[in-house]
Formats: sequence, C-alpha cells, structure tokens
Amino acid sequence: MSAEAAMTATRKNIPPVQQGEVMSGAEILLRCLILEETEYIFGYPGGAVLPVYDSLYQNHLNHILPRHEQGAIHAADGYARATGKPGVVFATSGPGATNLVTGIATAHMDSVPLVIFTGNVKQQLIGTDAFQEANITGITMPITKHNYFVRDVKDLARVVKEAFTIATTGRPGPVLVDIPKDVNEAKTEFHYPEKVDLRGYNPTIEPNYLQMERLKDAVKAARKPVILAGGGVVSSGAEKELLAFAEKTQIPVITTFMGISGFPRRHPLCLSMPGMHGNYAANQAILNCDLLIGIGARFDDRITMGRTREFAPNARIVHIDIDPAEIAKNVETMIPIVGDVKHVLMRALDKVEKGDTEEWVRQVSEWREQHPYTYQNRDDVLKPQRVIEILNETTRGDAIVTTDVGQHQMWVAQYYEFQHSRSLISSGGLGTMGFGFPAAIGAQLAHPDKLVISVSGDGGFQMTMQELALVKELNLPLKIVIINNKCLGMVRQWQEIFYDNRYSQIDLSCAPDFVKLAEAFGIKGMRAVSPDEAEKVWKEAMEHDGPALIDFVVEPEENVYPMVAPGSTLDQMVMGDDNK
Amino acid sequence: MTERHTISILVNDQPGVLARVANLFGQRGFNIESITVGQSEEEGLSRMIIVTSGNEQTVQQVMKQLHKLIDVIKVQQLSAFPMVARELVLIKVEATPQNRTEISGIVEPFRASIVDVGPQSLMIQATGDSEKVDALIQLLKPYGIKQLCRTGVTAMTRGAITAKV
Repeated sequence: MSAEAAMTATRKNIPPVQQGEVMSGAEILLRCLILEETEYIFGYPGGAVLPVYDSLYQNHLNHILPRHEQGAIHAADGYARATGKPGVVFATSGPGATNLVTGIATAHMDSVPLVIFTGNVKQQLIGTDAFQEANITGITMPITKHNYFVRDVKDLARVVKEAFTIATTGRPGPVLVDIPKDVNEAKTEFHYPEKVDLRGYNPTIEPNYLQMERLKDAVKAARKPVILAGGGVVSSGAEKELLAFAEKTQIPVITTFMGISGFPRRHPLCLSMPGMHGNYAANQAILNCDLLIGIGARFDDRITMGRTREFAPNARIVHIDIDPAEIAKNVETMIPIVGDVKHVLMRALDKVEKGDTEEWVRQVSEWREQHPYTYQNRDDVLKPQRVIEILNETTRGDAIVTTDVGQHQMWVAQYYEFQHSRSLISSGGLGTMGFGFPAAIGAQLAHPDKLVISVSGDGGFQMTMQELALVKELNLPLKIVIINNKCLGMVRQWQEIFYDNRYSQIDLSCAPDFVKLAEAFGIKGMRAVSPDEAEKVWKEAMEHDGPALIDFVVEPEENVYPMVAPGSTLDQMVMGDDNK
Repeated sequence: MTERHTISILVNDQPGVLARVANLFGQRGFNIESITVGQSEEEGLSRMIIVTSGNEQTVQQVMKQLHKLIDVIKVQQLSAFPMVARELVLIKVEATPQNRTEISGIVEPFRASIVDVGPQSLMIQATGDSEKVDALIQLLKPYGIKQLCRTGVTAMTRGAITAKV
C-alpha cells in the first residue's frame, strides 16, 4: 500500500491527511501511530508531553492510563508478548521516563518489541538541570535495542518509522524515542516514509546453505539428539514448524523457561524445562545427548549453571539464532546457523531425515515417567503447587498465564501445562517483581475473549498492586491469583539452603488484607486457606463475570524442587526434601 | 590468553555514537587502551580505531555486540591482518640552553621535530608506531618530562585489504 493510501485506509473515522500537510510534532507522532496500526497507547502524562496529550484529546487512539509508569510499560510488554505486535508507551520527562527503566530492561532481556516515547524539556533547557530533566537516552543506552533524541521536527516521522522497524524486526527489542517539548510544538510538512534506510542494520533471515547441509548430516547421524527450544521459537512464531520438525525427526524437545509455550507440554516428545528448577528428564537428556540443537535459546546460567564447559559434555552443539552475537557467547558451537528461527526450521523441514532415535526416545520417556515434578500434597494445608494444579486442571492449559519472579513462577513453569504459543508471559531474563499483574492487563486488552490469569506472590503483587484501579476502570475479566506465603519465598529458600536458616528481611506478614483491598477497588475478592476451599473459590472466580482477586494462603515453608545449586553440574540435582 | 587487539569501527557521524561504543567495552570489562575518532573516506561516516586487550573469544564477542549497534556500519579486527599503526606524541621536556643540542641529537634519529622552544623547555613532536614512541619517551625521561600527550593509535591494513563497506 502506498503511504498516500495508508493515510486514510487503516481506520474508520480518521480525518484524512495528505502527504505534505503542515502539522505539529505531536500531531505527526500520533498520525504515525495510526499508520503503524497502534491499537493501544499505554501512557502517563506530565509537563513535557503536554503537547502530545493535547493532540491526543481529539484523536482516535485508545490511551490506557495506568497508575504508575511502571504499570504502563509492563502492560505494554504484556500486550506485545501476547500478540507479537509492538507495545507503545508514552511518558513524560524526568521521573516519568526513569520510572520506565525497569520495564525497558525487562523487555530488552526477553527481546520484546516496545516503542517508547518520552517527552523531554525544551532544547534550550537541555543540559541545564531543568525541572524534570533527565538524560533518558543516556540512561537507557545499554537497555534498549536503539534509542533516539529528536532534535528537529523534520526528522520525527522518519525516526518513528525507524523505531517501529527496529523494534519489530530481527531480534525484537525496545526502542526509545525522546522528544523535547519544542520539537512536539514545532510544525512541519508531514511525510511518512514507506521504507527505512538503515545501512548499519540488516538482520539475517535466511540461513547459510552449507550450515544447513551440516545440520542435515548431524541429525541423520545422531542417536541421542535433543532440541533446546527457547524464546526465539515463540517470538518468531515458529511453534508449528518446531512441532513438525520434532515429529519428523523424532527428536525430544526441551523448552527453556522462555520457550515453554513454544511446544505443547502434553506432547509425547516434550521434556519441559531444564536447569536449576528443571525436570529430571530434561537435565538427563542434556547430560547424555550426542547432538543438542539450540533453537532461539541463549544458554543462560540458569540452564548451564555457569559450568559451560561441562554443559552437554557428549554432544555436538547446533545453535540456531537470529542474533549472531548469541552464537558461541556462552557455549562452544559446532554448527552455527544465523537466521530467523521460523525460516530456518522451514528450510530444515524440507531437508532433514529422521535418524535412528527410537531407543533414545524410549529412554527419555522413561526418565520423564519415573521422575515427574512432585511435591507432598496435604489435606490440611494448602500447597502452592496444588493451586497451580487446580488452575491447570480447570483450564486444561488453555489460559494465558502471567507471573512475576520467584517460587510461584517456577511452580507455574512446572505445573501449568501450556498448550499455546505466547500463553506464558513472564519476566525470564531480568526476573522482575511486579511485572506479572500489569502485564496481564496488557494481555487481556490484546485478547479480550481469552482467559487471562495473573499469578503473583504476595511480595511482587505489592509492588504494582495499584493497577487494580485500572482493572476496575476497564472492567477486565482478569483472574488475579496471589500465592500468599506471607514472605519472600525464593529468598527464604536460598537463605534456608545456602545461608543456614538465617532469614534476613523476608517477612511480609504485615500485608494488607488482599480481599478487602480488592473490594476497596471495587473488585471481587476471595480467599482460600485449604485445598478444598481453593477448588471451590477458584470455581467461583472462574464463573464470576468480571475481575476477581483470589488470595491463596499457602504453606510458607514450601521449597521449589528439583534444584541444582548454582555452580553445580546438572547431574547434581536435589529432587526434594522429604521431611516436610 | 590476553592479547592486544586493534579494532576499526566505521560509524554514523552522530551524537552519542562514541558513548554507545565505549559503553559496550565497559560492560564487558574491557579496558580501552586508546581510542581515536575522525573523518573517514565517506561523508557522514567516522572511523574509530580502538586498541584493547583481552582474550580472542571475548574480542569476538565484543565485535559482534558492536555490530549490533544500529549506528555501526562495519567492524574489523585490523590486528588480524598486516597493518600500519601510527600515533603522534607531543613531549614537553625540561631543557636548558646548555643541553638543547644534546636533546636534538636524540630527537633526530627518530625523525621527530622540535616544534616549540621555551626558556626552560622544548616541545618535541614525533610520529610512529607505539614502540618507537615508547623508545623516544624512555630516552627523554632523564631530562625530565614536564608534560606528555599521545594521540593513541590510528591504523590501516596494508595493500588490498580495506575496511570499506
């Protein structure tokens, strides 16, 4: 479609704009967002972005107003993870911009496409420590894929186009555009470029032919191959191709935490998550395989345990990734394949033949049957794992589940049997507390008809719980689950195991009554303290038409198992403690 | 094994590019021994020459990360090829009318020149590879070096190998 036609064709009721029409920077910005088919802007106004919010007043864009900028950026992140489309964020200068920093780093670590627009003070005041001035491009340089400071309104449309292109292509990531107030006020002719011209940016999509031949030979020759599928499978939309590849070659699939939703959990070839709190079968497969095919995974220290030389000691490693810098970063690679995971798998599907893997598949299946994730269930106290099981049983792995970081996150990864790509939304790389709940708001906006469950600990929930107001305002049918152990569970677990039970600053027993808190925001609140109650209350929550918060009060001393201590190798798994 | 590496980076001539590049080195714990930035053969592009030390694997990783920067057009490890590396030094050395001749005797074989004469000092300008500059500095030290400025290395590969895009 020509840019001319795109001026009006994307939405109804949009006043037409001609290429070359004179308008302010703020109006240009909003017009660009319409052309980029932005569904929602997650933002918070302030002094330096007043021109933008004034233009927004009569514009046809949906703006979501969370109660904190951190809520805005996590919600945009949740929207982006749930859809694959870029999340769009507005914030003002200074504190508005700095409040985004955790969210930007979260998105950067997990390669989530965000386009963030911050206002800044007028250029004549830049560098004078003006009121609400912060050098946000300097601050976010290491945590964005790229960022811009716009000096001239004539550059604005081009910069916005480039920002969307960079955020969404290649390895996705957050891009920040900082616009000083005078640029948003200045007027110029509007020309939206159809294409970007970025000489230093040219992601490799199609794989190298010779390396693909080597992959084919390696697959054919392997007797004990395994796939390590990461977040790249999800972000490139390659879940169908992965399934076809695994089935054709009969290679078992391990999914990293970020890759969990990229392969159906109940599939016979699925070995679920490896690493620190991973599955026995997954870790054994890594230890014993003769070929390991990493697909859009980055071999991070929660999987290699930092012992990269001992990782997959008997295997040749194939690494498929769109980012050449990931290859050989952490582990030595025999066959490097740079390219978009979806494209690489499509090419591979035509080529590969099944090797002789029957004995190996039988072996890993046996490991999986013999050592499932387990815990000691009890009738008198509510075990956190049981809560996740209830969620799983009642939704059959069909819901979109968001989490924070910590014990509850690992239990979700272990006990929720994800069936669909993009359905686990969690801060894997940065491990951000307070992420899950606002991210669930973004996911629910993206998929109004799907069941979205926000699972948080009582600690993380208290970091961003003010967004209950937003849930009420939008009347989102979100189910807000709190795994309430009245403490910082994962910190407690590490202090128990590695610091000789010296529990330091983990007690959160002085918390609000979450049921009353929900009610104070006009949201239905419920509580369960026993397994029976948990089932009953959850059923009620599911049947409730509208948002509901459920406070599951669980056994506080429960630990996440299996566990491999940092610095150990994957064969040194602690399977559980039997004394509880 | 830690080795010295000379890396050439062709970048967009934009504000903030130096910070982006320097940031990457800092993040990986790489010390930049010297950095020179200036015009390149193409308008709108600058060339940076960075001398750093680190093991080969880490240097490869830094180069890949550099390549990911949108403003970076081309990255090349010059020290992997035959190259010419040069720097310029200005040295202000203590000198009395009595030993000026002696000092010019030292300067001459280095094809360095005296660019300023003060009542108690001489300013010497020399260009060459880092070893030559080091040697000159050593020889001038006994006279008393009041001030020393080295530009850092700029470099190019020899003959047909170019870092053009």
